[in-house]
Amino acid sequence: MDLAFAVFLQVATGVATLLIISLGLAVIFGMMRVINLAHGEFLMLGAYSAIISVRAGLNIWVAMLVVAPIVVGAIGAAVERVLIRGLYGRVLDTMLATWGLSLALIGIVTMIFGNSVSGFSAPLGSIAIGGYRSSSYGLFLIGAAIVLLCGTWAVLRLTPAGLIARGTMQNAEMAAALGVSPGRVYAATFAAGAAISGLAGALIAPFSGVVPTMGTLYIARAFITVLTGGAAMLAGTLSASALLGSVSTLGTYFTTPVLGEVIMLVVAVLLLRLLPQGITGRFFRRAL
Amino acid sequence: MIRRFPWIEIVVALLLAAISAWALPRLLPLYLLINATIYVSMAVLALSLAFVWGFGGILCFGQTAFFGLGGYTYAVAALNLTGTSWAVPIAVAVPALFAALLGYLMFFGRVGNIYVGVITFAVTLILFNFANSTAGAQWHIGAAPLGGFNGIPSTPPLNMPGQPGNALAPEEIFGVAAISLALSYVICKLLLHSRFGRAAVAVRENETRAELLGYDVRLYKLGVFAIGGAIAGLAGMLFANCVFVSPTMFSLFYAAQVIIWVMVGGLGTLVGPMLGAIVLQMLTAWAGTLKDVSPNLILGVILMAAVLIIPRGILPTATEAAARLGRRGAAR
Repeated sequence: MDLAFAVFLQVATGVATLLIISLGLAVIFGMMRVINLAHGEFLMLGAYSAIISVRAGLNIWVAMLVVAPIVVGAIGAAVERVLIRGLYGRVLDTMLATWGLSLALIGIVTMIFGNSVSGFSAPLGSIAIGGYRSSSYGLFLIGAAIVLLCGTWAVLRLTPAGLIARGTMQNAEMAAALGVSPGRVYAATFAAGAAISGLAGALIAPFSGVVPTMGTLYIARAFITVLTGGAAMLAGTLSASALLGSVSTLGTYFTTPVLGEVIMLVVAVLLLRLLPQGITGRFFRRAL
Repeated sequence: MIRRFPWIEIVVALLLAAISAWALPRLLPLYLLINATIYVSMAVLALSLAFVWGFGGILCFGQTAFFGLGGYTYAVAALNLTGTSWAVPIAVAVPALFAALLGYLMFFGRVGNIYVGVITFAVTLILFNFANSTAGAQWHIGAAPLGGFNGIPSTPPLNMPGQPGNALAPEEIFGVAAISLALSYVICKLLLHSRFGRAAVAVRENETRAELLGYDVRLYKLGVFAIGGAIAGLAGMLFANCVFVSPTMFSLFYAAQVIIWVMVGGLGTLVGPMLGAIVLQMLTAWAGTLKDVSPNLILGVILMAAVLIIPRGILPTATEAAARLGRRGAAR
């Protein structure tokens, strides 16, 4: 019983992690149809901003939950202005340009901080479940995933800004005719997506280790999750993370972490063969 | 468009390969010759992507998956069999089959073009992580240890077909590489001239229209993708011969480089990407000697600049500029 609960907790943590690292990507892709191949590097920058603030003596929670999203959100806004703005509607070129950005960011961070692994330990210690011990940081991650998901949903569904953003994505010209500046909405959405990615990077930093190339460890998973999710970005990301996160955590539990990832990829590719439009292409179509 | 049989291109390619296979080993010192072999194997890889992306219209971000698979297959087969006579065809066949399987799942699932890019990208990353994790004695295929991060340093060099004891010298391996490049180019040219190739280009131009004319779009894409996988496997085999196989063959660094060579060289041409591969590798090698600048940064900046400034690539832009100048001259 205790073992079952411990495994369940591990699966839930895996699902939450997947959701957290995919959400920023899902927002940028789902809202703007921009495939951001530099997503992994946004995670990496979030982790670095957190670690640097912690070293500078800032409280660890402030560093993770406040500094990281603000820094990466600002970087995202700058990137949107310089690189993405000229390329809207040219999906392929955007992908290539963000890939270039990804390589350049890895290069710059390597030049500044070197190629060594640094990190900070997970706050919050551990809890006992019967005879097993589990990190309470995992519980925190589950909570964070729920808060992030609900928060994004609430902003998009319940606030005027969310309404304007959704309207602009549906029909930019109509929104412009009604007095909204689409350029500004795009910039804000991209920055928001980047901020979520930065927060995600800071949240995973305690257990992933912080290296310039850490983004490459997560980006494949994040992309597969968003693609498997399909058109409805929040429902899709949630259902895809639930499915793929369970598969990969259980695969990891029974084999090795890498085989767990391979199993997850195979499941995702087979799933795309069956549901080419992703999960929300067939189920939960009306969801956000 | 007039369909002229590509005699001139074929003869020029074979002549160039024969001349360089004869002359370069006599001109260059050994270490430069080995570098040249690497460049040529990468040009084969660039050619494979130029074919798949430029003519099949398939956005493959993970061409390195087949490249690395070709290298690993070659090393594993060569270590398990006596000599490399059979390892070479196996190293071409396995990536081709893998590409066919992946292509079946993607094209017959009618996955969108952009998704194809993301899936292939994820596949090469996963193979990279997987190959990296195979350290330790329990990871081996027959007599070949996979070696994790270190790869397989004991990758044996090619030998004369059918004579396992008679290994080729680096000079001869360069010759093999140059001729492989020329032959791959000729095969691509012939394919594009054939009915199959013209139908594949039609699919690239307008999928719906090709479908309405009765062509099975999925089958043509699958064919192009598998052929590209085979050529990339050949490139991996050649690369394994001048360096050795290691997980870096699957890495994003290489995956990005191939895309950059094709983009910068010119999408929709075969010669442009090959030239792009050779020139840009020289540039990267030079950048590697700079102390304070990361090669990743330089590659990234080149890629961004290529997208923003010359989205069509150097060769088409230059050809067009030359044609415009020629017309202007004629008008005068």
